[in-house]
Amino acid sequence: MKKTGGLLNGRVSRRSVLKGGAAVAGATAVTGFPMVWAQNLKDVTLMHTGMSYSTLPDIARQATQDLGFKVEMSVVDHPGLLNRLVQDPKSLDIADLEIWQSKVAVPQGALQGIEIAKIKNWGELTPLYTEGKFGGKEASRQGDSPFEYIYREGMDTNGFAGGVTEWANFCPGVYNADTLGIRPDLVGREISSWADLISADFKGKTAIQNIPTNGIMDAMMACESAGLLTYGDKGNPTQDELTATIAKLIELKKDGHFRALWSTFDESVNLMASGEVVIQSMWSPAVTAVKAQGVKCVYQPLKEGYRGWGNGLGMLAHLEGLKRDAAYEYLNWYNSGWVGGFIAKQGYYSSNPATAMAALSENERGFFYEGKAATADITSPTGEKTNSAGEVRDGGSYEERFSKVAVWNNLPDEAEFLYAKWNEFNAA
Amino acid sequence: MLPTYLQVAPLTVVLTLFFVVPVGLVVLVSFFRYQMLVGIVPDFTLKNYVDLLTNPTTWTLYQSTLKFTLIVLAITFALGFWIAYFLVFHVRNLLTAIGLFLVCTVPFWTSNIIRMISWRPVLGKEGLINSALLNTGVIDQPIEWLLYSDFSVVVAYVHLFTLFMIVPIFNSMARIDKSLLEAAVDAGASRWGVIWNVVLPLSKTGIALGALFVVTLVMGDFFVVTVMSGGLSGSATSGIFNDLQFLNYPRAAANAVILLIIVLLIAASIFRLVDVRKELVR
Repeated sequence: MKKTGGLLNGRVSRRSVLKGGAAVAGATAVTGFPMVWAQNLKDVTLMHTGMSYSTLPDIARQATQDLGFKVEMSVVDHPGLLNRLVQDPKSLDIADLEIWQSKVAVPQGALQGIEIAKIKNWGELTPLYTEGKFGGKEASRQGDSPFEYIYREGMDTNGFAGGVTEWANFCPGVYNADTLGIRPDLVGREISSWADLISADFKGKTAIQNIPTNGIMDAMMACESAGLLTYGDKGNPTQDELTATIAKLIELKKDGHFRALWSTFDESVNLMASGEVVIQSMWSPAVTAVKAQGVKCVYQPLKEGYRGWGNGLGMLAHLEGLKRDAAYEYLNWYNSGWVGGFIAKQGYYSSNPATAMAALSENERGFFYEGKAATADITSPTGEKTNSAGEVRDGGSYEERFSKVAVWNNLPDEAEFLYAKWNEFNAA
Repeated sequence: MLPTYLQVAPLTVVLTLFFVVPVGLVVLVSFFRYQMLVGIVPDFTLKNYVDLLTNPTTWTLYQSTLKFTLIVLAITFALGFWIAYFLVFHVRNLLTAIGLFLVCTVPFWTSNIIRMISWRPVLGKEGLINSALLNTGVIDQPIEWLLYSDFSVVVAYVHLFTLFMIVPIFNSMARIDKSLLEAAVDAGASRWGVIWNVVLPLSKTGIALGALFVVTLVMGDFFVVTVMSGGLSGSATSGIFNDLQFLNYPRAAANAVILLIIVLLIAASIFRLVDVRKELVR
């Protein structure tokens, strides 16, 4: 405990210098009265609201310490966030939304435009968001890719711009590329394709996530890979495609193929750790959690590629004056390093890889970002060992992983139809 | 006259605020229109009801809920009746009876969720029962239907709700005059005859109330069924929950109204069989 405290303090003192500089620069630009401004800023409280995997109290604690005003976290589930954005927008200040959720939030006028000039490190942020490219190549556009939704025309134009503008709907947040989790000690053979999720070899030993928008993607990847169905655009399936996919899922369910359907993070961890399932849809931190229990678990890269997803931090429409200034400060801080280092240990990536990598130790940097073998044990954010020295991260380096995103999490045009069909699958 | 009004006023206010108004709002919203992922739009429409009643999924869910309700009702009644009978008529010492009765409530000192989740390590593939059977050589493959099945759902329901059956039946039985049993025996009734002709009819208030508790609890549940079936089974309430997930409040409200009507019908038929009011003042 003592050691960690020392480390944090070390970081804070270095950071408070930076922060002081930023505050003065920002203040003069905004009001011209830095002293008064800095005084009042202490009273500001920002409510950051998002889903459990990214809305972490540790981040709020560090932000409060570094920034001089209070940041609080409030955790909701996917529909809960939309609900709050639409029904009770004043109850939150920063929305940590998934890209597809912006398709509901933005047209509803829940968010205000973020002036890109005020985000100091925008130029360093990953081109996956800012240019729709990765490693110099065009990133996949199947599904709701970040680039298609990040820009808007102006502060109050509640829509999506076709290309790069001066205003953003959200500031890039955490993101990752998802795949299947497996128990290498129990699957008994090599796993190389999404089709293995529905392979008869694993009858009664698989699970799929019970979140329609994500679950259907995993199901479509599996059906397509197994050669059962073909899709025009998995990012925006038609009613016929959805009907056929759900029919296949129901057939599998009735046949006893699925051991369970999981809807929360801990359920997926328990299913895997207890050996109830050996291959299932999974989120990266869940794999870390299983490994932290000392159980072998691999986030298996598959030949068809990954299902990518990303979050963005949106500023609520009601923010103004001091609170808006604080929000800009927070967005700048968010991509300045500490968060990137923290979430890397959960398996997520920062939209500012350079500062995130600087916040990691050389061993961690090599393991999480560069695809190198760990030179010492790797631990989770809470300190449990997740990987031993000599191991290489599943999926390899950051570049290798993101060059293989096949499709993005999305809200299809036929979402209402999908929900109705998914209910059928649940009831079958 | 005024004092009479004043006397009923507190109950009226409480019932209006916490019962009439909320139910009224649910009924009202059930006729509103739903806009995709935005929520309610105050237009009058019957679409929600039509959608639900013509959708086979709704019927599947209600069928599954009724199935669970009947199975759980039968098991909790059998258990509850015999446990109460034992406590009231077999245990001679009143203090021992009260002590044993309190023992029945011990599991309730932990939360519902803990009591339910604890079944997982018992019933799982690598759980207590399967490991025991595997180690003793009774089976060579773990029994899969123990967990994430209808079986595990029923186990959890029975464990959670049997006490709701024991308490009212115990209460009814404790009021039975013991001399009635003696009179029956004197008149030549067999042991079963006493139970069938004396104890059972005189406990029917308790049975009716217990049944009402169990029916409303099982019909209103979605959590136990979701967790214990591993998401593979649904209930009428899980249909409501799914609708809420997508902010479809109007259809969720319509579904809630339908569920309310069905539960009220069941309650009415239970009360038709037993005049609880008359029995309670007996």
